[in-house]
Amino acid sequence: MSLLIKGGRLVDPTQELDGELDLLIEEGVVARIGPDLEPGEVEATGGEVRDATGLVVTPGWIDMHIHLREPGEEYKETVATGTAAAAAGGFTAVACMANTVPVNDNRSVTEHILGEAERAGYARVHPIGAVSKGQQGEELAEIAEMVSAGVVAVSDDGLPVANSALMRRALEYAQHFDIPVIQHAQDLELSAGGVMHEGEWSTRLGLPGWPGAAEDIVVARDVLLTEDSGGRYHVAHLSTARALDLVRQAKARGLRVTCEVTPHHLLLTDRLVADSGFSPDVKMNPPLRSEDDREALIAGLIDGTVDAIASDHAPHHRDEKDVEFSLAPFGIIGLETNLALCYDRLVRPGLITLSRLVELFSTGPARLLGVPGGSLAPGSVADVTLFDPEAKITVAAESFRSKSRNTPFEGWTLRGQPVGTIVGGRPVEFPS
Amino acid sequence: MSTEFHWSRKDLLGIAELEPEEITAVLDAAESFQEVSARAIKKVPTLRGQTVVNLFFEASTRTRSSFEIAQKRLSADGLNFSVSGSSLTKGESLVDTALTLQAMAPDLIVIRHAYPGAPQMLARRLAAGVINAGDGAHEHPTQALLDALTIRERKGRLDGLKVAIIGDIEHCRVVRSNIHLLTKMGSEVVVAGPRTMMPAAIAKLGVTVSYDLDEAIADADVIMMLRIQLERQSKMLFPSTREYFRLFGLTRARLQAAKDDVIIMHPGPMNRGVEIASDVADGSDSVILEQVSNGVAIRMAVLYLLAGVRQAVA
Amino acid sequence: MPRIRSLENPLANRRTILDAEQMQRVIRRMAGEIVEKRGGTDDLVLVGIRTRGVPLSEQIRDYIREMEGVELPLGVLDINLYRDDLSTVAQYPEVKESRLPGPIDDQIVVLCDDVLFTGRTIRAALDALIDYGRPRSVRLVVMADRGFRELPIQPDIVGHKISTKRSEMVEVRFEEVDGSCGVDVIETGEGE
Repeated sequence: MSLLIKGGRLVDPTQELDGELDLLIEEGVVARIGPDLEPGEVEATGGEVRDATGLVVTPGWIDMHIHLREPGEEYKETVATGTAAAAAGGFTAVACMANTVPVNDNRSVTEHILGEAERAGYARVHPIGAVSKGQQGEELAEIAEMVSAGVVAVSDDGLPVANSALMRRALEYAQHFDIPVIQHAQDLELSAGGVMHEGEWSTRLGLPGWPGAAEDIVVARDVLLTEDSGGRYHVAHLSTARALDLVRQAKARGLRVTCEVTPHHLLLTDRLVADSGFSPDVKMNPPLRSEDDREALIAGLIDGTVDAIASDHAPHHRDEKDVEFSLAPFGIIGLETNLALCYDRLVRPGLITLSRLVELFSTGPARLLGVPGGSLAPGSVADVTLFDPEAKITVAAESFRSKSRNTPFEGWTLRGQPVGTIVGGRPVEFPS
Repeated sequence: MSTEFHWSRKDLLGIAELEPEEITAVLDAAESFQEVSARAIKKVPTLRGQTVVNLFFEASTRTRSSFEIAQKRLSADGLNFSVSGSSLTKGESLVDTALTLQAMAPDLIVIRHAYPGAPQMLARRLAAGVINAGDGAHEHPTQALLDALTIRERKGRLDGLKVAIIGDIEHCRVVRSNIHLLTKMGSEVVVAGPRTMMPAAIAKLGVTVSYDLDEAIADADVIMMLRIQLERQSKMLFPSTREYFRLFGLTRARLQAAKDDVIIMHPGPMNRGVEIASDVADGSDSVILEQVSNGVAIRMAVLYLLAGVRQAVA
Repeated sequence: MPRIRSLENPLANRRTILDAEQMQRVIRRMAGEIVEKRGGTDDLVLVGIRTRGVPLSEQIRDYIREMEGVELPLGVLDINLYRDDLSTVAQYPEVKESRLPGPIDDQIVVLCDDVLFTGRTIRAALDALIDYGRPRSVRLVVMADRGFRELPIQPDIVGHKISTKRSEMVEVRFEEVDGSCGVDVIETGEGE
């Protein structure tokens, strides 16, 4: 069965393509790219031709950092609802963190997640295993076992790997499988009690601050450990200018150090805690930082220091969030707003090119995690995202496929609407 | 009518959002209410039939008593709704508490809460007027207003004064409201305390920062001493009360650096011998008890103004 | 019932009832009546209700001093805290001090106000007075009585009785407050 996507603007940084090109998919892989591919043959063999005029066609988007909450907290999200949200948001694949209940530190949890993903069929799911057993930060989890079940990286995300010796061993051991160790960089003592970035706004609001140094210190230590161990180290949701500098320097020294940033850290700052009147939907970990930090992250997108954008989609039930700011759980959701936010606020104003955005949301994550996708080069798996760059949307959490509603972007008007995903050559149908 | 000024707020959540005219209006109204407290019959019927709930999530005998007396003098029906224990323990959520209260149709709610923003949360959900009686280290507007009234009475003005605020600038609940109020009204504010208790970027609030008591109180017209919470020792913020007193305790000898007519304030309760020596606390410069009586007048004024707006809207 | 200053509404249809000179004559007559009814000045205390009862009470005191050579004690009453309608607070947030010249127990208090209308202001003033003590009696003196009473309250001495329509407003002006003297009736066009 073949599928011809005609008339769209095809953007693929791996082939340096950006133009009106047709895309022919056969047997689940990219067969051919070219101008004005002939539909006759496709139609004759019972294939489908799809008109993509006015749409952007890119390698499938991958959100490399989300929380699906299954198993254990299905009242917040499930594999099915989370992947439906991913598909609706234009994602063909997601990587889900291990802090479920129980923790994904073993084959059976990994297989459960993969089984549910298969059943739902909305997007590829790449589980990330825990670094330590039970995310207790003490003993290494059975990484080989998890990798054989399908885990693509390890992380104790939600918590840092605080113990330096454990971090060192994780970086060493993960090299057997050529997978990255993803760090949630947070010094638990320095950030203790903190509920927002420490700075002018925490001072004004009287909220306990969480200094940027709590992140920087962990990244600095880990870069030094990586230098000795030679492993692959990835910083999750990097949020400070100084941590970004540490990554930049590590890269310059040839270390295999990478990082991701979130749309909210790229677009929002700590001031929003005041402007929103203490809205728990602007509380996340790491916290929204200062304007200087935000500008540094944008610069990191431009100069290539940042390898990926990921949402850190962290669903929480309305009742859990509808409490005092200090008591609310950390985290916001992002799968259904990522694309529009980044296209409208980063690409449209000309901060980065569309091609660079595709790199950050597709090629980069695919390469980092060593998973299929990230390219539309002939022979690649046919994971494709289509979106309408002109369509205007107003963010309305009520319409989300996600089970949760905790977004700080409610009511934002943006341009850029996902119109469909194709996974392995098959157009994804998701609940409307 | 001397001005076109109209009070239009349903809630008093903080000083940060007030205009100078609004601050002056509360202070002026409070001056009239002082007269009520001086009468033999210390009661006026103004808020007859108005229900005021004192919702205290933290114990605060002083603030609550002050609000209660203010309510009684205005003939309001005050109801104490104390939520014992910390909110961290699993209890009813603030939202549910709010809805429960709403069902009782109160006119005003006075809230004291450990966490910043809790009064805002209530105000967004309730038709009742909300008065912030302290939300964590965020704001404590009636305390700042009563301090300002005390200063204005003694100095005749607020502008052009040098006010030194000494102590735990980071955690003390009265600091931010006082800084906002005094800077809005034209005072020069110096904050001083140990570096471990000085919040980030405090200078952005328009104050001068000092780490030296003597420097901070030099030529001061007003010195506000803050309460040191002794449990902070365990948080590595200062090694001992003895050492704190040595660095930042106000003594008669050190007071020489201030102006001759300096006044000494303290929001209470005091730790004698920790932040302030007894002879200073009880000395002729001290206006600490005036602060307490002015607290009642300020709270009467605030209750009166907010109740009026609520009636006008209803 | 918030009063509207006529200056804010120049198009209002205004007719003058008393000019400055006539008003002075009326006040002088009222001062005389007070003394006459009391049969002297013993135990009299004048109390003006803010705002325009205050200059009225002052002028009455002056005339009595002129006529009798006696300086009557003079007080000021702010009735804001005694109103029966809190919704006026937002418009008039100022609460001014009430100041009585001394204990009013066993005194004869002469309450002075500019316009008697619904009677609610006087009701409030009576409540306020009682909080200060127990006068032997209270007398009410008003510059203008325009009718439309909502409470059973009647004046003892009236400067000028004016028949008005609901839609009209009576304004008593004093030099000290308004820059001129006189009594006007103004058609507001805001009748029921």
